[in-house]
Amino acid sequence: MPACIGWIVTAQAQHFSRRGVIGAGLAGTGLLALGGWASQSGAEIPKRGGIIRVATHSASTSDTLDPGKGGTALDYIRHFMLYSGLTCVEDSKLTPQLSLARALDTDDLINWHIDLQRGVRFHDGSELTAADVVHSLLRHKDPAIGSKMLTLAAQFAEVRSDGRYGVTLKLSGANADLPNLLAMSHMLIVKAGQARPDGTGTGPFRLEEFKPGVHTLLARNADYWIPGRPNLDRIELIAIPDEVSRVNALLSGDVQVINAVSPRSVRRIESDPNYAAMVTPSSLYTNVIMRQNMLPTNNPDFVEAVKLMIDRPLINRAVFRDFATIANDHPIAPFQPYFNSDLPQTMLDTDKARWHVKRSGLVGIRLPLYCSTAAEGSVDMASILQEYGSQVGLSFAVNRMPSDGYYSTHWMRHPMTFGNTNPRPTADLLFSLFFQSTASWNESGWRDERFDQLLVQARGIGDQALRSELYGEMQKIVRDRCGVAIPVFISLIDGYDRRLKGLQPIPLGAFMGYRFGEYVWWDT
Amino acid sequence: MAGAANDRPALRGLAALILRRVASSVLTLFMVSAVIFTISGLLPGDAAQEVLGQSATPEQVAALRHEMGLDQSALVRYFAWLRAIVSGDLGMSYVANMPVREIIADRLPNTLTLAGITALFSVILALAIGISSAIYRGSRLDRTLNVLTLSLVATPEFLIATLGVLLFSVKLLWLPSISLVTAGSSWGGTLRSLALPILSLTFVVVAQMARMTRAAVADQLDRPYVEMALLKGVPFPRIVLFHVMPNAIGPIINAMALSLSYLFGGALVVETIFNYPGLASLMVNAVTSRDMPLLQSCAMLFCGAYLAMMLVADVIAILANPRLRA
Repeated sequence: MPACIGWIVTAQAQHFSRRGVIGAGLAGTGLLALGGWASQSGAEIPKRGGIIRVATHSASTSDTLDPGKGGTALDYIRHFMLYSGLTCVEDSKLTPQLSLARALDTDDLINWHIDLQRGVRFHDGSELTAADVVHSLLRHKDPAIGSKMLTLAAQFAEVRSDGRYGVTLKLSGANADLPNLLAMSHMLIVKAGQARPDGTGTGPFRLEEFKPGVHTLLARNADYWIPGRPNLDRIELIAIPDEVSRVNALLSGDVQVINAVSPRSVRRIESDPNYAAMVTPSSLYTNVIMRQNMLPTNNPDFVEAVKLMIDRPLINRAVFRDFATIANDHPIAPFQPYFNSDLPQTMLDTDKARWHVKRSGLVGIRLPLYCSTAAEGSVDMASILQEYGSQVGLSFAVNRMPSDGYYSTHWMRHPMTFGNTNPRPTADLLFSLFFQSTASWNESGWRDERFDQLLVQARGIGDQALRSELYGEMQKIVRDRCGVAIPVFISLIDGYDRRLKGLQPIPLGAFMGYRFGEYVWWDT
Repeated sequence: MAGAANDRPALRGLAALILRRVASSVLTLFMVSAVIFTISGLLPGDAAQEVLGQSATPEQVAALRHEMGLDQSALVRYFAWLRAIVSGDLGMSYVANMPVREIIADRLPNTLTLAGITALFSVILALAIGISSAIYRGSRLDRTLNVLTLSLVATPEFLIATLGVLLFSVKLLWLPSISLVTAGSSWGGTLRSLALPILSLTFVVVAQMARMTRAAVADQLDRPYVEMALLKGVPFPRIVLFHVMPNAIGPIINAMALSLSYLFGGALVVETIFNYPGLASLMVNAVTSRDMPLLQSCAMLFCGAYLAMMLVADVIAILANPRLRA
């Protein structure tokens, strides 16, 4: 899998319909959420205390304390424990709530005013002020930092402090998704003056020890600014790259939570009454890319034929053991905001596919199909495609490539390859990164003027109904004309010890959108 | 045993041998570094791309490349690294932003602990198995040990390790399934957490050593001097330990050096399964992240350890066998 794992498309809640109300609406729900969570978790009252060990699937010497550089699940978890964001996403509705910002106001989606919580303290005792926020937001723009947010932060035209607790933020263009962007782990607030953040944040846990590639030790921050959190005394983060070892470590009680459980291991975990699996639907997908600037994949009949010969239920069942959601050749998943439910689902139709293949004049042509374990499930999908291809008159040659370097040498470089796209926090980001005609990862190399127009237009619209309509049309355009086929969205599976309470799936990523540390508690 | 007068030229010969070997080792290390640098340069992508990941823009990659010095030519980089390492500076890791020395210093004790304890166990075990099956050649014991060691050497270590985890960790809950190395844990705690890795590694290396020991000892036992000593009434254990072993030690120690150098750098599978923070996984990490300074240092370390081990084996073989000293 490529390095960046785990954000999913979210959007502002449907009820922020009028522009001027965005700030007030966020403030209201934010306050509600702060008090509301405990009652949500049911009859059991969280207990204080407990030590757990968490194992993710990858760690390396590139592990970092710098939120801007975070690239793995382990990084995101660590950052969310150490730092707080201006906004955050707390439940499966994926609505950004206020966090360090106690108000976020805008009239035109260009000029934003942030009002900070008072009396929030960093782990070293210093108070959080506007200067920290200005530093945290602007540092992404410095190429020397190496932040993953360099491109996104380019839209921060001006960030200035306005008094001790106020920040004004001017964007280079209207963007209704700012609250979502600010909830990303990369945008967490670090201390002013730190070019390389050292773990001193305002988050629920303090850093005790950090060894890149080995482990991270975190201890409860007794002075956390949200009262009553967190519950756990200590958390140790490690990585166990081998899936079988990771599951074994869970079942033998050496770790209490793991992620990236293979669908095949779920039964093994569930067969022990002390352990459980948590399935989080996600918008992660592995897609077939048909380049529109290469022969013969630029033939629209060929593209249509491929979309029609994908047996989606079979891929769901055979490759992912039903731990996936059927997709409709566009990147918005059914459980996400702006999903267009009016589009008819493309289904397996070999007769129609054969007709399209005939019309394209490509009958019998031998076409290499590049797959790799780097794109999850693509090797199996390629075999399935090859099988159905032979039924409709296409002859695919499956070329299995090594996972190391697949994305730099094969992805998008041949007429037909597989890609793997991680969830992104907003529909806008996903479309801009992978479907805009000028994007460097316009995977299929397609171009649709109407789509490009809609994309820019939707970004500057606060009205949710209208936005929904535009995104709906964009999904239709991608489904009908784009050279990518998206068979399924792959769910994320975590395994945990049942004594760990308060876990719930948040489709932002594994581990409750990587923020579980703040909420969970240990039942002894 | 040879007299004092005879010893001096022998020792002088030995010193010359060691000097020659050290010199050729340095040359080997140099060649290995060049080969590794060339081959890793052929890998697609570089450290800047790997650090920034899929979401990087070309400008970001270019900026980071410049910061890492990757925009210089390969030759310039290689000789800069060579100059630094000759003066004892291992350089900075591209990826971790830490001196390579620190990263390795962090992992080396782990690898040495694991390799050391495993070596201790496996050498004793291998000698015991090898000698006893040589003495009782053809007996049921010999055949059982043969089948056992041969099946062990044929079983891949990931299978042994996984079965060990399933049995001892998941079913019986006796031993931890992963080896967490925490500073300040007791010897007992360390041994407990290392038990399964040691078991798996011992199984891998013991077979070859035991086979070599058996062959060498059996070969010597057939010699006339053993029969002579027996007829003279020398006790059998004494014959094996003081007459046979010095003659058989050459090939045995050689096999041991090979096996033990494997423990030092080749324990990758075991390190992966037990999540043990050793040097082998560090080196694989360096390859996948294209962290050249770290990769080079690991390679030098493994190569150096291997050469040193072989040298020690040869020296021991010479010292143990008077005929080789001449």
